[in-house]
Amino acid sequence: MSLNISAKEVKPLRVNYGYVARRIGDERPASRYQEAICDVQPTANFHYPPTWEPEKQLYDPSRTAIVMQDWYAFNDPRQYYYSSYVSARARQQESMENNFALIEKNRLTDSIPAALQDQVRQLLIPLRHYEYGANMNNQDICHRGYGTAITAAASFNGFDRIGMAQYLSRIALLLDENEETTLVAARNAWLESEVWQPLRHAMEDTFVLDDWFEILLAQNVIMDGLIYPLIYERFVPALAAQGGNVLLMLTQFMDEWHKENLRWTQQLLKVTAAESDANARQLGEWSQHWLPRTEQALQGLAQLAFSDNGAQQLAEVKTELLARLAKQGVKV
Amino acid sequence: MSDNKVFMIFQDTADARPFIEALTQENPAANVVHQPGMVRFEALGKLGITREVVEELAGREIDLQEMHLTLISLSGNVDEDDDYFRITRH
Repeated sequence: MSLNISAKEVKPLRVNYGYVARRIGDERPASRYQEAICDVQPTANFHYPPTWEPEKQLYDPSRTAIVMQDWYAFNDPRQYYYSSYVSARARQQESMENNFALIEKNRLTDSIPAALQDQVRQLLIPLRHYEYGANMNNQDICHRGYGTAITAAASFNGFDRIGMAQYLSRIALLLDENEETTLVAARNAWLESEVWQPLRHAMEDTFVLDDWFEILLAQNVIMDGLIYPLIYERFVPALAAQGGNVLLMLTQFMDEWHKENLRWTQQLLKVTAAESDANARQLGEWSQHWLPRTEQALQGLAQLAFSDNGAQQLAEVKTELLARLAKQGVKV
Repeated sequence: MSDNKVFMIFQDTADARPFIEALTQENPAANVVHQPGMVRFEALGKLGITREVVEELAGREIDLQEMHLTLISLSGNVDEDDDYFRITRH
């Protein structure tokens, strides 16, 4: 007797949910990213206006001067939603933990020359306060922004900042064998040292901006766009070349993170500027304000980091940033 | 006539989707057959994908060898590199 097993195909009536189908059509299955992001934020039937802002709705596109026909025109090229974000970061966290463990076990920080350790204390560690400020800015964007595609990315960005602030704190503790000397000194530097005040001032001014898109541009594009290349692509490698190789391992995440973060901010600028001339003009106007301001704020720090070469290093990262902006259609 | 037929069959899962979409995009002449639980690509002469396209679709860095986690079967002569995977038959 022969047994004939035949495959029978049961066609599902629909391959995706209605809310995704309205965007991508009902023929192909949606990715998890699309399911997690598309039109997830409520847009109608708000019962109560927020008591702190009675003229606006809870979610209101008019909280920014940027106008988009469709707030989901932007999609995160990294396709981060909760689980893809968490698993990507878990992988990176594991490798950072290994770096820290190796360095601590073999006391590799002892091999960093004292002069370089000093530079790290003065320039790198106070940045934990910058990261925390950036966290607040991004959570604020998440709070007042519009469209899950953007607010989700901002929220992930905010969490990354806490992580990086913690890495910086751990570097400080590593240098001091768990004493808090450097941490306290770095806080004082951020609050009082002359060289940090212009940056702190600029940062605190972004806290009180009304327009969340302006915060996004000032924080995630302009300030990060100058500080990250300056510190993690130039300053740290320069220290490494003078015997501080270990620092490359300790800041590995920050360097990777910046390159990854560029992917979504670039895409967001591109989509936003391409939407209308008014948007592109607005982005240009904001950049015209924040770019010189940040550049000025960083002059003292660049000098501290590279001494005579500081002005040139800063000019170079500025040129790179301008090129990125121009490529996305933002004229400064 | 069908002597130079090549094919690749993938599991129809979320992990395979970037590969499936890349194959669809890069091989417009290929015949795509959806079967229960799997997707079959058939073409004459050659089929191929490039890493860049898969990475774009997946939104992350991809090692093309990841393909083998969801690839069920293929037929053809394999030509592969870090940046592309092709099968041919003449």
